[in-house]
Parts: sequence; structure tokens; C-alpha cells
Amino acid sequence: MEYKDYYKIMGLSRDAAQDEIKRAYRKLARKYHPDVSKEPDAEAKFKELGEAYEVLKDPQKRQAYDQLGQRWKHGQEFRPPPDWNAGFDFSGGGFTEADASHFSDFFESLFGGFRPGHTVYRGEFRARGEDLHARLRISLEEAYRGTTRTVSLSIPQYDEQGRMRYRARTLKARIPKGVTEGQRIRLAGEGGRGIGAHAPPGDLYLEIEFEPHPVFQVEGRDVFLQLPLAPWEAALGAQVSVPTLGGTVQMKIPAGSQSGRKLRLKGRGLPGRPPGDQFAILRIDTPPADSPAAREAYQRFAESLPFNPRAKLETMQ
Amino acid sequence: MNSEQETRVGVLLDESVEFSLSEICSTCHVHAELIVQLVEVGVLEPRGTEPGQWRFPGHALRRIERALNLQRDLEINLAGVALALDLLDEIDQLRSRLRMFESET
Repeated sequence: MEYKDYYKIMGLSRDAAQDEIKRAYRKLARKYHPDVSKEPDAEAKFKELGEAYEVLKDPQKRQAYDQLGQRWKHGQEFRPPPDWNAGFDFSGGGFTEADASHFSDFFESLFGGFRPGHTVYRGEFRARGEDLHARLRISLEEAYRGTTRTVSLSIPQYDEQGRMRYRARTLKARIPKGVTEGQRIRLAGEGGRGIGAHAPPGDLYLEIEFEPHPVFQVEGRDVFLQLPLAPWEAALGAQVSVPTLGGTVQMKIPAGSQSGRKLRLKGRGLPGRPPGDQFAILRIDTPPADSPAAREAYQRFAESLPFNPRAKLETMQ
Repeated sequence: MNSEQETRVGVLLDESVEFSLSEICSTCHVHAELIVQLVEVGVLEPRGTEPGQWRFPGHALRRIERALNLQRDLEINLAGVALALDLLDEIDQLRSRLRMFESET
């Protein structure tokens, strides 16, 4: 198992005062909280931070941790010394408020007496199984059509000795068409098993996440697309092919359209009641002036079309 | 038959699913008092005027969970949680707009 440098994780020196530790925790917790942060590894960082704080905020655990000495480096292979735990009693509980079930093996080997996994349940004790949450990343096309996905889970359950074990489990879940980002699917009774006879199992929640799409952007059920046009298509009007999630459709571009104009294809977004719309945001692309003929064409254009795109700016002077 | 490989059909928690106060309490394993507080600070906006008539949309479940996580992990009160959630929603919306403009090449 790897040694964890809790001071390094929290960006503190080893002689940090207790209220410094608290301030550092609060600051980092705001930064890495999975409900706030968009950093891809926020969840792992937040767990690591919670574990570090769990040890450092508690003077007794901190003292024990400090006794390991400073010779260890973060990530180094670690074995607890044989006399570990002498003079400390971590088996009685009382200090751990956080949910310790996701702490590292390193934490477990030092302060393992706290882990719920080591609690032995006997007799009449009954508890409902844990609710489980999993993120499911699907493509926009899958959201449009609906899909079936195989989900792999690690389900906590208590064995006959009352110890917590993780059991690998796969199940197939049906994803209905028209799901949107952040929506959840609840699979009742598919969570962790209950403890004791007739204790109900927990539920499983699948939270939908969309893979980034190369051309479409989504907001709720509405789908957005940048639609490039040639200057003459925008000026004179045109009929163009536009991709939608349901296939290509023909769209009429009104004459005199400008960049940034939003045209709506009603009901062509993600399905639902009501379905979303697709919006094409017009963008005018200019052909490159990369040949004498092209430069000449632009020149004629400039001469025959007196046009000042900055007329509005000049009134400001 | 391998029952683990049966296809499970869950309930999509969108706006077409509604929960009463007692249903949402048992689903989220929280006391009604807490839900009442979340309504008071505006984290939740159920349909209906009286607690007995309240109907919460499916996506309220996620909001409740986020609210409780923020309250516990960042030690902020419920009014602060309400502000944080509103701002986070707004940031989400702005981010998706931004992606739209960044996709211009």
C-alpha cells in the first residue's frame, strides 16, 4: 500500500496549527467539491482531502500519524511499523464523523478500527441497504433514440460475519429516449443489500452525462448547431441541408441573414413532452482570396457594393 | 438463467414524475422538517401551497442531494446552499453557451 502524505495533500507544513488545518480544508473543499468543481478528478481529490482532514483535524490521530516520522514520501510503498497503535486506542470510535467507507487502505491500516466494514452486526440488527450512485456517459445519439447499457458496479454487502465486502455486479439498464444531461434514472432495489433478515435493499441511481458531440451542443432538450454559410447564401437566401439528430433536413435561409442569427427547427431537438427544438446559428464564412481571380472578384465586389460594416462605431467618435 | 443480465427498466426522474412530501422523504431518507426548510429557503419549489399538497418534480432528488452534500461538506447554512445552487445552475448554463461559441472555428 502507498504512504499518504496528508500534509502535502492539504498543502500544509507539518507544524501547521489546528485552525490552519481547518482553514485549508475549507478552502480546498470548496475547490474540489464534486458538486461544485468541474475538474475531472475532483471526486478523487475531494475524497483524498476528506481522509487527510479526518486524520489531521483530530489531535490524537494526528499525533499517531506524526509518529510515523518524516522519512516517508507520498506514494511510497508503506507497511505500518510493528509497534503501531501502541499507546493509542482507535477501536472505540467517537472521533470519526465522516463516512469512512471510501478511505484508502493506508488509512484503514492505521485507523482501521473505525471502518464500518469491521463492525460485526449480530442478532436483530437490521438496516436498509445503501443507495448507490453511478454516472453513465452516453452519446447524444443514444439520448435521442434511447439505448440499453451494461453497467458495472461494486456493490457493498455484509457477509455472514457482518463484514463489508464489495461484490462486482453487472446489470443491463434501459435508458429511455429523450434523457437530458444530469437527469437520473432510479432503479428501485438495485442498490446495496440490507443488513439482517428482511431488510430492504437500497436503490441504484444512474446519472446521465453526455459525451461531447463534434457538431451539436445541448441545453436541456434544445440542440444547437453552428451553420456556416457562404456570403451570397446569406445575402440572397438559400435552401441548405442541415444535420439534426433525427437525420438531415432541408432548411430555408431567408435573404438578408446575418451572422449570429438563430433559426429554429421546431421539435427537432431531444424527444420529450414537449420535444426540444434545434437551433441553427448562422455563421458567414468568406472564401479565401488565394488566387488572382479570387482577389479580382473581391475587388469588383468592393467597388460595386459600397458598404461600411463599422458605420455604427463611427457614430461613437 | 442468469438473472443478473436481465434488462432493468428504471424510472426516469424527469418533470413527468412527481413526489409527495412523504414520498420524497422516504426516497431521500430525510425528515420532512428538512424538506420544509429547503422549500422555505427556495432550494425546492414544489407545486401546491400546503405541505400536504406539495408535488416535487423528479429532478428535485438530485437537488436535495447536492444541497445536503454542500451543507455537510462545506459547512454552509441552507440560505447559502440556495445561493450556491442557483449560481451553479447559472454557471452550467453559461458553460454550455460558451461551448457553443468555442466550437466556432
